[in-house]
Order: sequence, then C-alpha cells, then structure tokens
Amino acid sequence: MSKDILVGDHFLSGDVAAAEGAIAAGCRFFAGYPITPSSEVAERMARRLPEVGGIFIQMEDELASMAAILGASWGGRKAMTATSGPGFSLMMENYGLGIMTETPVVIVNVQRAGPSTGLPTLLGQGDVMQARWGTHGSYQAIALSPESPQECFDMTIKAFNLAERFRQPVILLMDESVGHLFERVTIPPKEEIEIVNRKILKDKNRKIYEPDEDLVPPMPPIGEGFGIHVTGLTHDERGYPSINAETQERMIGRINDKIRKYADEIVDYEEFMVDDAEVIVVAYGITARSARRAVIMARENGIKAGLFRLKVIWPFPSKRLEELSDREFVVAEVNNGQALVEVERAIKKRAVFVGKMGGEPHKPQEILKGIEEAVK
Amino acid sequence: MSIIKADTHPLDRYLRTERLPHVWCPGCGIGTVLGAYLRAMEKIGMDPEKSIMVSGIGCTGRAAGYVRMDSFHTTHGRAIPFAVGLKAARPDLNVTVFSGDGDLFAIGGNHIIHAARRNANITVVAINNFTYGMTGGQLAPTTPETGITTTSPYGNVESPFNLAGLIAVAGASYVARWTSLHVRRLEKSLEKALKKRGFSFVEVLSQCPTAYGRRNRMRDPVDTLKYFQKYAVVKNHVNPLEGVIEPNKPFVVGEFLDAPEEPTFEDKLWELTKAEFLHTSQAERSEWIIEHRRHLEVLSRIISGKGGEE
Repeated sequence: MSKDILVGDHFLSGDVAAAEGAIAAGCRFFAGYPITPSSEVAERMARRLPEVGGIFIQMEDELASMAAILGASWGGRKAMTATSGPGFSLMMENYGLGIMTETPVVIVNVQRAGPSTGLPTLLGQGDVMQARWGTHGSYQAIALSPESPQECFDMTIKAFNLAERFRQPVILLMDESVGHLFERVTIPPKEEIEIVNRKILKDKNRKIYEPDEDLVPPMPPIGEGFGIHVTGLTHDERGYPSINAETQERMIGRINDKIRKYADEIVDYEEFMVDDAEVIVVAYGITARSARRAVIMARENGIKAGLFRLKVIWPFPSKRLEELSDREFVVAEVNNGQALVEVERAIKKRAVFVGKMGGEPHKPQEILKGIEEAVK
Repeated sequence: MSIIKADTHPLDRYLRTERLPHVWCPGCGIGTVLGAYLRAMEKIGMDPEKSIMVSGIGCTGRAAGYVRMDSFHTTHGRAIPFAVGLKAARPDLNVTVFSGDGDLFAIGGNHIIHAARRNANITVVAINNFTYGMTGGQLAPTTPETGITTTSPYGNVESPFNLAGLIAVAGASYVARWTSLHVRRLEKSLEKALKKRGFSFVEVLSQCPTAYGRRNRMRDPVDTLKYFQKYAVVKNHVNPLEGVIEPNKPFVVGEFLDAPEEPTFEDKLWELTKAEFLHTSQAERSEWIIEHRRHLEVLSRIISGKGGEE
C-alpha cells in the first residue's frame, strides 16, 4: 500500500483527517507553530511527511510559518500551515503577501474562542470575518468549513485544488469541536481523488504575471533561468514594482476578478429539507450538526424547517440565499453575528440570530427556539 | 571634472538593467555592497540561474528588484523565514538574504537567530546604516548611543545590538563585518560566505547621508567613509563579543568566525525522508543525530579565542 494515501476506513480526529487530506492532495511541505486546538495537525504532519518525502519544520512563530510556506510554494512544493486564532492573527500580513504574489498555499485555522487568548481549548467560530477581511487591502478570500472529520479530509484536498487552480492562499476554517471530534473517515483510492495542480509557465519570454483567459497567470518555476522578480509591492505584468493608481486598478482588479468571476465554481453548500421549508437555518462547522438536529425536531413539532449548510463560507452563496429569501431565516454560529451579516445582506431582511460567545456547541433546543421564534 | 559615460557595466549580466536607475539616494552605500556581492558571485562562478535573492522591506530590501536572478521582495522582517522555507524545499539552489539592519534585527530579529541556530544553509548580507532610511531616518536597534534620528531627537539612549556577536553566539558558521569602505576585503568575505555550507552572515556598515549622516555631522557621504577609515580596526578572528560599536571609538572589522563545516539544517531535514533513516531503530536514529550534531562547544571555544581543540 502506498504511504501517501492510506486507503480504507479509519477512526480519526478532524485535525488528523485534515493532515491526511493534505498528504493525499500532494502537500509535501509543512511549517507551523504549536497552538491548541490545531497542534494535532502539525504532530501528524511531523510524523507523516518524512514518510512520503516531505519536509516538516516547526518554525519559531506563526509569522515565520506563513513566510516559510510561501517560500516553499515558490520552490514548487504544495505547502500548508495550521494554527488557531492568535496564530491566525499573526499570519495575516503574509496571508496578504500570498494573495499579492499569487502563491498557492493552504492555511488550516482550527477556531477557538477569542478575542486574544480566550478559551484556548474550547470552541469558537469567531474568525469568519477575519478569514474574509483579516489582511489589509482589497481581495477575495476562499474559506471552507468542514462539519466532520470526513469533510476535514475531503475539504483539505479541495482547499489545495482551489489554491492551485486560483493561485491564492485558501483557508480551511475548522473549529475546535470538529478538530477534536473522532469519527469514521473513509480514504478513497488515489484514482478516485481529484487533484488539481498549478499551471506552470514554460515560455521564458512571457511576462510572469500575464494572465491566461481565466485571469490566472501560470506560475513560473525557479532555478531555471526565468529570472523572475516577485514582490508584495503593487507590480506590473513583469512582476516589477509599479507604484501608481493605474497599475493598482489593473492588477488588484485582476486578482479580485480571477475569483469573483469564477465564484460559482467555488461556492458550495448543502440544503437539507429546504425545498418545502418555511424557515431555513443557516449554519456551518459543528453548529450545522446541532442545527440539523433542531430542524428534525422542528419537523416533528410540525414546523417545516430546513438547513442551509455553508460548506464554503467565502465566497458567500448570496445568490442562492437571495432565491430563498421568501422564507424565514435563522442564523446559528458560535460568535456574535458574522455570517449573519452576509445572510441578511443576501435575503435583504432580518434573520433570527442564535449566537453563542464560545466555549461549547449549540444545543439543538437552543436553535429550535430560534426556529419557533422565526415562524411566530 | 569630466563625467565618464559608459553604455555597459561589467556586472550588467547580473543586473536587471531595464530597472535602472535605482531608488537609492546619491551617496548611498548599498550599491557599493551590491556590487561587491555580484563580483563575489562572479568570482566563485556561482550560477545566477541557480541563485535566489530574498529581501525584506527597506532601502536594502529593494536590491532584490535589481538583480537578474530569481528574486523575492517579501514582507518587513520575514525575508529569513521565507528563505528558510524556500531553501528547505529546494536545497539545490543558492539562497541569499540581502536586507537591512532594521528589517533583519528589529522586526525580523527572532527569525535570524533561529536560522543561525539551525545552521540553515543560506547567506545573509546585512547592510547596517544605523537607521531606517526608507521611512525617513528613525531609530534602529543598531543606532549608536547619542545618535540623532527623527525618533530619538535628543540622542539615542538605547544600546545597539552587536550584530556579529549576536549571530555568532546564535550558532552561525561564518561571521564577518566590513564597511562600505573596505570593498576588496568585503568581496573576499562574501566569496567565503557564499561558498560556506551553513549559515553565513556578513554585516556591512554603510553610509546613509540622507537619513542618518545629515543629522549626525556626516552630511557628506564621504564623512561617514572617513569615520570608518578613522575608527575601523581590521582584525581577524577577534572574539565577536568584542565587536561592540561605540560612538567615536575604534571598532573591529574583519572575519570573526569561520567555523568548520557541519551538516546543515537542510541536510538533516532531507535525511529524515530517507527510508534507511526512517526504517531503523530509534537508538540508531539518535546515534545518527548525535553523529551529525553541531559542535556548539567547539564553536564557543573558537568564538572566545580558545581555539577549536580541547
């Protein structure tokens, strides 16, 4: 059996499943710094990467971890880091460097409750907006939110595929409860796993940031005489700094458009009993599991409820939510209203909000109460 | 005085000539150091196609934009970890970090000591102009005591880092310090640094007439060079801890440390991926690790001038 894809059924935590997903996706470089509740991702990578010819480095901090994976990605390796809130905050500047230089990497953020040190060992979902807006400037974010260890595996592969497809850092926005949850994870054989690899620039005379029709420029290899220059400064198609409004408009416009124009390719959600629902609960991550139970309980009580689960949080599925906006809405999340803002923007009305500051998942009854309030 | 115009420069093949003129001020020392670096590269026959320059933010950080090799201009302070990641992923490439004192030792201070500790096989060229030039001349962790900067208008009350001492103690394999006046010797040191397997560090004291000299009675670039001429004492293999720089006092320049080569960080990371390492007992793995450990006790004796032998 090959070491890179551990085909079969396993009993894994979400953190470990994410690490296995990364390896299955072809990740061969990991740089990270220990932080609860994500350390198990690093621990698994430390053990597993050497077995598959990969490099693991425990860096001196999260700033270094993020910088190191960008360097490794330019070195031609699929690279990942994993962290939680405080470390995610520290990574924000180089997350921006990744966006600006169009560097494919994956950042796993196993969310805990903040702000600051907050509840290091306990659940939070408060980094939704940070994942979208955490680094300065104008850009589009891609963030996925798994609800189970199986999805941690599947979505880490998808995160790499999106990173490689769009040449952009992609965030796997897990949460502590999913990260520490143990469940069956089925790892399929290699031929059943779809892998996307970055386009490689072959023509040395082509400008390195000249995009293809899909607005994504092929990535030049290093050490092969291309003589590329890569900078976090606003740059022209040659990659050279160009400090003016015109280049800013063109280049930053493109790195936004390359995602905006293809957002439909990325957007992903699950609809559970939504068709005839009079009230729809929007949730993601561990909260979606409580919400699913609440929907079933509501149905048992004669309320036609449904669940709209965000599998991809960014880009946000505004179009679909707008189509459903004739229904009543409940938003449940472990923060004080982050996805809520986007839902209300899409449905153009208020939703009932069932929030928690963090520390524990919702009880289904808490969400059920929200459903009952929405249909009152 | 006549102005000599030339269409070409001997180092043109290493430069993105289409990017010139550069951003540096008249009288700045960075060009002198970059010239020495490129000549050293040429001298040892280092293939620019297999060479990477990584820089951070600041005046020196802009060097990466002018060299005709794969080059990365990263974020403030993070050139080293970017380079460490790149070098670990691609040990076949020569990786140099070319950046300034503020970038490498203030905001990036944590990274450089860890890269030295790990003996990452990269070369770091640190141009120390005692200030933040790009942002207009603020206090740096290298500003001499009494130095006037825009954020130490009454004179710097802080003690500066002794960069050579700090990096030697952190575990570097090669440490030298020169000034923008000692171009030939600098070139020689850069040749050695580039050839060295392991973490090599070359500090170059340099003039910044615009942002630092102007406020510190060295308005003319030559004033700083004269200062270097007056106070720099060339001595090799002095204990780097004695490399402290005090205002208006002699200071040491030279090669502080040229340690025996030892396995690099990347050598060890890649060893971990080999089947014969993985599929043995932990006792044998530990044996390999001890066999390939860095001999910091030897390094300490060399640094303190007691010699490499017991």
